[in-house]
Amino acid sequence: MSGRTLFQKVWDDHVVRAADASGPAILFVDLHLVHEVTSPQAFDGLRLAGRKVRRPDRTLATVDHNVPTIGREAGIADPLSRAQIEALERNCAEFGIPLFSLRSSRQGIVHIIGPELGVTQPGMTIVCGDSHTSTHGAFGALAFGIGTSEVEHVLATQTLTQGPPHTMRITIDGEVGTGVGAKDLILGTIGQIGVAGAQGHVIEYAGSAIRALSMEGRMTVCNMSIEGGGRAGMIAPDETTFAWLEGRPGAPKDFSAAVERWRELPSDWDARFDREVVVDAASLAPQVTWGTNPGMVAPITGRVPVPDDYEDAADREGVQRALEYMGLTGGEAIEDIAVDTVFIGSCTNGRLPDLRAAAAVVRGRKVKEGMRAMVVPGSMQVKAEAEAEGLDQVFRAAGFEWRDAGCSMCLAMNDDILQPGERCASTSNRNFEGRQGKGGRTHLVSPPMAAAAAIAGHLVDVRSFDTDLAEVR
Amino acid sequence: MDPFIRVEGVVCPLDRSDVDTDQIIPKQFLKRIERTGFGEFLFWDWRGEEGFPLEQPAYAGAPILVAGRNFGCGSSREHAPWALEDHGFRAVIAPSFADIFRTNCTKIGMLPVELPEDQVRILMDQAVGEPGTTAVIDLERQVVIAADGREFAFTIDPVIRERLLNGWDDIALTLTHEAEISAFERDHEREGPVTTPFA
Ligand code: SF4
Repeated sequence: MSGRTLFQKVWDDHVVRAADASGPAILFVDLHLVHEVTSPQAFDGLRLAGRKVRRPDRTLATVDHNVPTIGREAGIADPLSRAQIEALERNCAEFGIPLFSLRSSRQGIVHIIGPELGVTQPGMTIVCGDSHTSTHGAFGALAFGIGTSEVEHVLATQTLTQGPPHTMRITIDGEVGTGVGAKDLILGTIGQIGVAGAQGHVIEYAGSAIRALSMEGRMTVCNMSIEGGGRAGMIAPDETTFAWLEGRPGAPKDFSAAVERWRELPSDWDARFDREVVVDAASLAPQVTWGTNPGMVAPITGRVPVPDDYEDAADREGVQRALEYMGLTGGEAIEDIAVDTVFIGSCTNGRLPDLRAAAAVVRGRKVKEGMRAMVVPGSMQVKAEAEAEGLDQVFRAAGFEWRDAGCSMCLAMNDDILQPGERCASTSNRNFEGRQGKGGRTHLVSPPMAAAAAIAGHLVDVRSFDTDLAEVR
Repeated sequence: MDPFIRVEGVVCPLDRSDVDTDQIIPKQFLKRIERTGFGEFLFWDWRGEEGFPLEQPAYAGAPILVAGRNFGCGSSREHAPWALEDHGFRAVIAPSFADIFRTNCTKIGMLPVELPEDQVRILMDQAVGEPGTTAVIDLERQVVIAADGREFAFTIDPVIRERLLNGWDDIALTLTHEAEISAFERDHEREGPVTTPFA
């Protein structure tokens, strides 16, 4: 018999009841993260059925999608947003769930605060009513997004019913060039496998380029697993993981005992995966999306494709539609695309090293005239740490807005929104039509690439900047 | 939830691939805290486009949507199936679905039907060519019956099929195993992290 994968080990550890003819497996959930948008109907369902939250001590809530990132003291102007946040406050009070609301110093994007607090740990099962829950897989946890009916199910039972996924290993080997980072690795990977390439699969990322990443970089990679269609993304825990977690408020009291346990988690040498994919990190340049899904991506040195480049009729039509939406004709050099907005933030790239990398590019420079550029830290903790290093001053001096934590222009549910026809270099994870505002055009890039675009006024290869890119990893 | 046994009615075509949940229900409508009322916002950004099928009288009240591959990709928002349901759809036929979307559908009694690309194409062409064309989806027999009588068999997880046919509530089913959950908590649950100290 071959060995077990990291995924299989975590799964096996959490089976409350194995699948049988009467139903799928029931898995225990170690941590349930909750936010304001996908939870109100679940709490209503509980009340209607007279049910309680089974394990408030394994549940944690924050507000992020819908919060203002400026002028918070004045409260929330939009009555619908306010109602949604007040509903979460009421629900958490009623059911005894800890909540980091708008005035908490720990408020932030749900996928940033879990790791930051140290409650995201190797070997856990973690769910949240949000598809980017895959972020937490960077610690060797099995973490995935669920819908609101499932949120209600987890609140009521602390379990989830699940069919077994397939497994897929993506091995990213090779040394990345300077100016190329985690975001480029994952965008390049999605470009290679396609937006549905990992459908039905839990991905394990492996290889020397993954091992070399910081925890923040690993979170960036796992975050976008869903953009490749993956159910979840995982990375085996190692010394980098343990060092990052040690001393955090939620870290295990007997830390060395926990580390001993965590060392058992990596996939066995003879474990088999249903699929294997190999990506060559050394060949990757900084990546930029040109279309309306994250698989429509090209190196910054490349050109926008033309529909005739594609053999499949559906692909051709998709590309045609995307080019029309993006206001591109096809064939133009990526570097010639002018942008008017730059957004640095989100659960993909809103952590401290992301801001450091962007600041290194920005330092001593000015954003292009007429450019709207904003930095939205992923959490209030990240914001405080960045300010302690003076990063806010670097950004402000260059002409960036420096804001409070939230999802902000990643999905533009609050006032941070693109107008029709505006074009944004964004460090977020989705470039779908209308994602950042109806008619808005999104180019996904890494934080240093976004910073460089803000200075240049167009998409530009950050490697052409006179900046020490070694610190920009 | 309502049982899903057999649905018969007009097929509404949406001949696009990779339709994401931001298109199905844009985020500005996710601020509602109610479970219903999302139907009028379905495909909001596409509504104004000329010839958009949802707006044409021939497709009004259609219970079946037929679409391109990778339908429902993107966010986990259950608001997407809610909006489809609220608009009157009971089933979506496509060559493939995004995982979370598929699960979300079956949790509310909506049926995602996966058929090979060429069969979806036949249904799509019929629906486009002759607006108002109907079809039948029979979950007991696991077939889609086109207007011309052709039958396309589909597969579905037998457990999910059973739940849909009976309209069973997942939470109630899981709670029949409450003793096993308690036993797991007692014998196998790993220590912490406990979130309550951070309140
Ligand atoms: S930052 Fe964007 S992707 Fe991340 S949770 Fe918020 S809305 Fe979702």
